Amino acid sequence: MEATVVKTGTEGKTWGGGNDPLKASYGKMMMWFFILSDALTFSGFLAAYGFSRFKFVDAWPIPDEVFTHFPFLHGVDAPMYYVAFMTFVLIFSSVTMVLAVDAGHKMKQNKVIMYLFLTIIGGLIFLGSQAWEWATFIKGDYGAIETKGGQIVQFLDKEGERVALRDFAVVAAGERTEQTKEKGIWYKEEAEYYPSVSFEQVKAGFLANDNLLVRIQHKDEHGHHIVLNREESIAKVVNDGALVVEGANLRHNEYGHPLFADFFFFITGFHGFHVATGVLINCIIFFNVILGTYERRGHYEMVEKVGLYWHFVDLVWVFVFTFFYLV
Amino acid sequence: MAHEHKLEIFRGALKFKSNVSKIWGVFIVLSIVTVVEVALGIIRPAFLVEHHFLALKLLNWIFIILTLFKAYYITWDFMHMRDETAGLRRSIIWTSIFLIIYLVTLILIEGDYIFEVYKNGYIKFDF
Repeated sequence: MEATVVKTGTEGKTWGGGNDPLKASYGKMMMWFFILSDALTFSGFLAAYGFSRFKFVDAWPIPDEVFTHFPFLHGVDAPMYYVAFMTFVLIFSSVTMVLAVDAGHKMKQNKVIMYLFLTIIGGLIFLGSQAWEWATFIKGDYGAIETKGGQIVQFLDKEGERVALRDFAVVAAGERTEQTKEKGIWYKEEAEYYPSVSFEQVKAGFLANDNLLVRIQHKDEHGHHIVLNREESIAKVVNDGALVVEGANLRHNEYGHPLFADFFFFITGFHGFHVATGVLINCIIFFNVILGTYERRGHYEMVEKVGLYWHFVDLVWVFVFTFFYLV
Repeated sequence: MAHEHKLEIFRGALKFKSNVSKIWGVFIVLSIVTVVEVALGIIRPAFLVEHHFLALKLLNWIFIILTLFKAYYITWDFMHMRDETAGLRRSIIWTSIFLIIYLVTLILIEGDYIFEVYKNGYIKFDF
């Protein structure tokens, strides 16, 4: 097995790096050790997620209730189907990648081109899906109230179905005027995001509608969020309510604890960054294959090394899928 | 580069004629496991949710074991760990398994401890 770089005159000399330790070429072994260190980085993130979750174990959002959307199916409760689809896309792109590696071993240039192309397409579909997932998560669903203590209070009707803020808030007439320096309000900054309804409107609508209850972040012994009765609900909203939260950002999260959103953005974002770089590297290799670089070099080991990275991205997703969506 | 592949999975219970058919076989195995995971995640059988082992729900143990199962086949067959020398395999796998178990154990114990302090201590939920 030749090294992929030009010859350095150290062939056969152990201390010059000329031999293949562990029968793996320099590039492949280093890719493995890079993957090892990257795996430890990801496990550090996931362990931090586990730490925060254990810390607030009785008040953590239930993923089945957070990720319930599927593109083009509005109002259909589809917990996890979309993430399952994304998992399949990534596993399938791993399959086409390993088929490309296999075709490379057999020096079949056209097959390598076809399989690499499919792999890139799979990666792009995954990235698009993740963007959609993020957008849905950021946009939010039903909306919620945050208390002064930072807890999330969500609204339900008597049947236990979730109710959206926009469906019961008393929307006052009149336009919202923006504060500007030109109008002399130099001492106040605009809020970082505007909910579609104000807290006072939600409160008025809630008090006017006897059918509404709230549920709090804390869970009972069966793992369901505790639903308060009407009197407790009113007391909770009137005494503790502070602001309206719609969707999720790094500070507020309508689905529950803000750390859930923080870790979601950070871990799936870091994984998505890996997928994006993986697609980029795959594209570079793809064009090299088309140009015949590896045909002239005499072997397709570069496809194998990039393949290792791509499989690693799939491997990480398997764990993210489990710990974010299933457990 | 190992051109010759070991073509058996499940400790030889399943043998394939070529590397390509082994790849498709592994893909089918991984797909079945994913379908089982998603089905369990949606149904959440009451028995598995209510019973615990080592402070974790049985269902969560099943998810973790299935995940490790999938990780094994991705690493062994897609990343060709099966065909590498024992030295390379151990230097990657043993190192990562040891460090990850060590880190996760300590951090989860610490998280649980803080949960107990919040619950039974005097600090109100205001973080």
